[in-house]
Amino acid sequence: MNNSETGSSKPDKKTRRSLDIVNQGLARRYRAERRFRYYGLSAIVASLLFLSLLFISIFANGYSAFMQTFVRLNVFFDPEVLQQESLASANYQGLVKSSLRKMFSDVKGRGDTRKLYGLVSSGASFRLRDMVLQKPDVIGKTLEIWVPADDDVDMLFKGHFDRNAAEGERRLNDKQLAWIDQLSADGRIEKKFNQTFFTAGDSREPELAGIRGAVVGSFLTLLITLLLSFPIGVAAAVYLEEFAPKNRWTDLIEVNINNLAAVPSIVFGLLGLAVFLNFFGLPRSAPLVGGLVLTLMTLPTIIIAGRSALTSVPPSIREAALGVGASKMQMVAHHVLPLAMPGMLTGTIIGMARALGETAPLLMIGMVAFIVDIPGGFTDPSTALPVQIFLWADSPERAFVEKTSAAIMVLLAFLIVMNAAAVILRKRFERRW
Amino acid sequence: MRKTIFVLVTVLFMIASFGLANAARDYINIVGSSTVYPFATVVAEQFGKSTSYKTPKIESTGSGGGFKLFCAGVGVEHPDITNASRAIKKSEFDTCVANGVKEIVEVKIGYDGIVLANSKETAPLKLTRKDIFLALAKDVPDPSDAEKLVPNPYKTWQDVNPALPAKSIEVLGPPPTSGTRDAFVELAMEEGAKAFAWIKALKDKKKFAAIAHTIREDGAYVEAGENDNLIVQKLEANPDAVGIFGFSFLDQNMDKLQGSFVDGVQPTFDAIADGEYPVSRPLFFYVKKAHAEVIPGIKEYLQEFTSEKAWGPDGYLTEKGMIPMPDAERTKYRTDVEKLQNLMLQ
Repeated sequence: MNNSETGSSKPDKKTRRSLDIVNQGLARRYRAERRFRYYGLSAIVASLLFLSLLFISIFANGYSAFMQTFVRLNVFFDPEVLQQESLASANYQGLVKSSLRKMFSDVKGRGDTRKLYGLVSSGASFRLRDMVLQKPDVIGKTLEIWVPADDDVDMLFKGHFDRNAAEGERRLNDKQLAWIDQLSADGRIEKKFNQTFFTAGDSREPELAGIRGAVVGSFLTLLITLLLSFPIGVAAAVYLEEFAPKNRWTDLIEVNINNLAAVPSIVFGLLGLAVFLNFFGLPRSAPLVGGLVLTLMTLPTIIIAGRSALTSVPPSIREAALGVGASKMQMVAHHVLPLAMPGMLTGTIIGMARALGETAPLLMIGMVAFIVDIPGGFTDPSTALPVQIFLWADSPERAFVEKTSAAIMVLLAFLIVMNAAAVILRKRFERRW
Repeated sequence: MRKTIFVLVTVLFMIASFGLANAARDYINIVGSSTVYPFATVVAEQFGKSTSYKTPKIESTGSGGGFKLFCAGVGVEHPDITNASRAIKKSEFDTCVANGVKEIVEVKIGYDGIVLANSKETAPLKLTRKDIFLALAKDVPDPSDAEKLVPNPYKTWQDVNPALPAKSIEVLGPPPTSGTRDAFVELAMEEGAKAFAWIKALKDKKKFAAIAHTIREDGAYVEAGENDNLIVQKLEANPDAVGIFGFSFLDQNMDKLQGSFVDGVQPTFDAIADGEYPVSRPLFFYVKKAHAEVIPGIKEYLQEFTSEKAWGPDGYLTEKGMIPMPDAERTKYRTDVEKLQNLMLQ
């Protein structure tokens, strides 16, 4: 200031120069700032692009699995076939066959009739059996029934088979195509909502396969995981954070817990095989064992999340509680834990979501298996949702491609619900200090 | 606090495990080959739906893994049946006997062809097993001096055999852990190696196996994992590539893929069933006789599997791509199953 007043040109230049320097650099700094923002933005855009690509490809492959081709048959429940004493094991396949024969009375020859019967799923006879067993008074009547079509017919209707290919190169021959066209013209073939997909267990016939068994298996497994890992994880976090002395031993424990969180999940599977199956003799393929293994896997996550939730509770709360005469246990149970709970629950849900998507450890304990019956308890053999996806992806039938994608969609839906629940919990109950 | 919980959990396990180990199992427990898996599961499902027994549980562990579990002992915690895409080895049988699994019934169920297939967009390859060996082995006989081995110099199919197209060798196949790979090496590569008289005359069995069983690692053979569907998709995308997998995958994708001729025969259902197509292998399963009386449904499951409607020429297994055995062989194995004939290994 003083310098400029004296009118000397040198210091005047100097002030101008520093301003110049700032001005000169300003555009560059703005550019750098913009670039920095664009880097972040493009990272987000790229990841969203990949995510949407994944979603679109799965959705495009899988949405058609929620519809299924059905054939309408006029079935005569022949009293001669359905003898009262052997209703469960009667020849229902014969009823389906005779109704097909009636519809196409001009089809002769063993080969042709076999091809004709092949249009309808082998599940049709089981549907008839269930009807008769539920309501025996249908015997003697003729009813119109929608039964699932064979997976080849289904694929044809969904456009996954090229009907213009040479005859030897497609799974349906010319005669079969002609029959299908005739059925279609009579309004006897229709695509309907695929209820089977949600109510049935696994099957080797794509048109009869469903995810119920896998969903129930996943549910039972996660129930065990939650019941074990949440209390143990919270207890461990509380002890380490609030009670344990800070010494070399607790440091060692902390390092180990962090290490465990990074151990590949297959290792937990091997541990489960050695300890739970071979040593304790628990049954293979059971949700009980699956849950135990996944508990080991999610425990470190829950403990780490729990501890950070506890550290974020301000010390003033603890001091105030102790100051009015609460015991240490009362302080933890009445004040610290309730405040830390939202963070702990968030960590738990994220850990459970990870457990839901886990396949590798289940491989070692025999949960990667073909299981048709829907598990009814913790020791029944069962599989899990990601395992079901893995098994279907490896099946030769083309109709399993869309089933695989549809199962992935169901798994994604569960994951989105769980992660959204974690976000909502945090938003609603989180307190900032 | 952790200690008490740990002790509590341990005690709980002890109680649970005693309770469970003694509980009888009411479903059949099957393990084994991933090649037999698609066939065994169909039978299991049919069996579960048409009888009052529970549907058997089938794990796909691979043939070797299956024998390991199967031979671990007798008792409800061990599997009742193991599927295999090859016959049981002497060493595995000995393990079984050592662990008390003395009585085993062997059931051959049919055949599976291993195909080399490529996209329909190009012409089918006409290979001999010698071509396959020369194209895929790590070390091949020196083209100039036939009694010496050199690292595989062949880059294109034409280099191997002038009658083949001038396209680079690019084969997608199973990894060494796969039973399909074992069978392919044994049936195609080994026979191809025997086309060279001096290799065939080798006294040293280990040396022969090292020549015939080692597949090149310079990128011409790509290990595509156990998922055959993946190979099918890659073949569609790349018409120059050739894939190795089981016949059932070719059967399901006939509109997109074609099987290569091997020794003049194309892999069709009939050619494999007649035994004309050279690269085909038998499929088996093994039953623990001691369990047949204990676990409900085993005998009925065997009956279902060996019935004409399942494994016969018109049975539902053939629709899934399994190649049936000739009538005489089926009759033999059916009577073996009825009598629960013990397997004897010399």
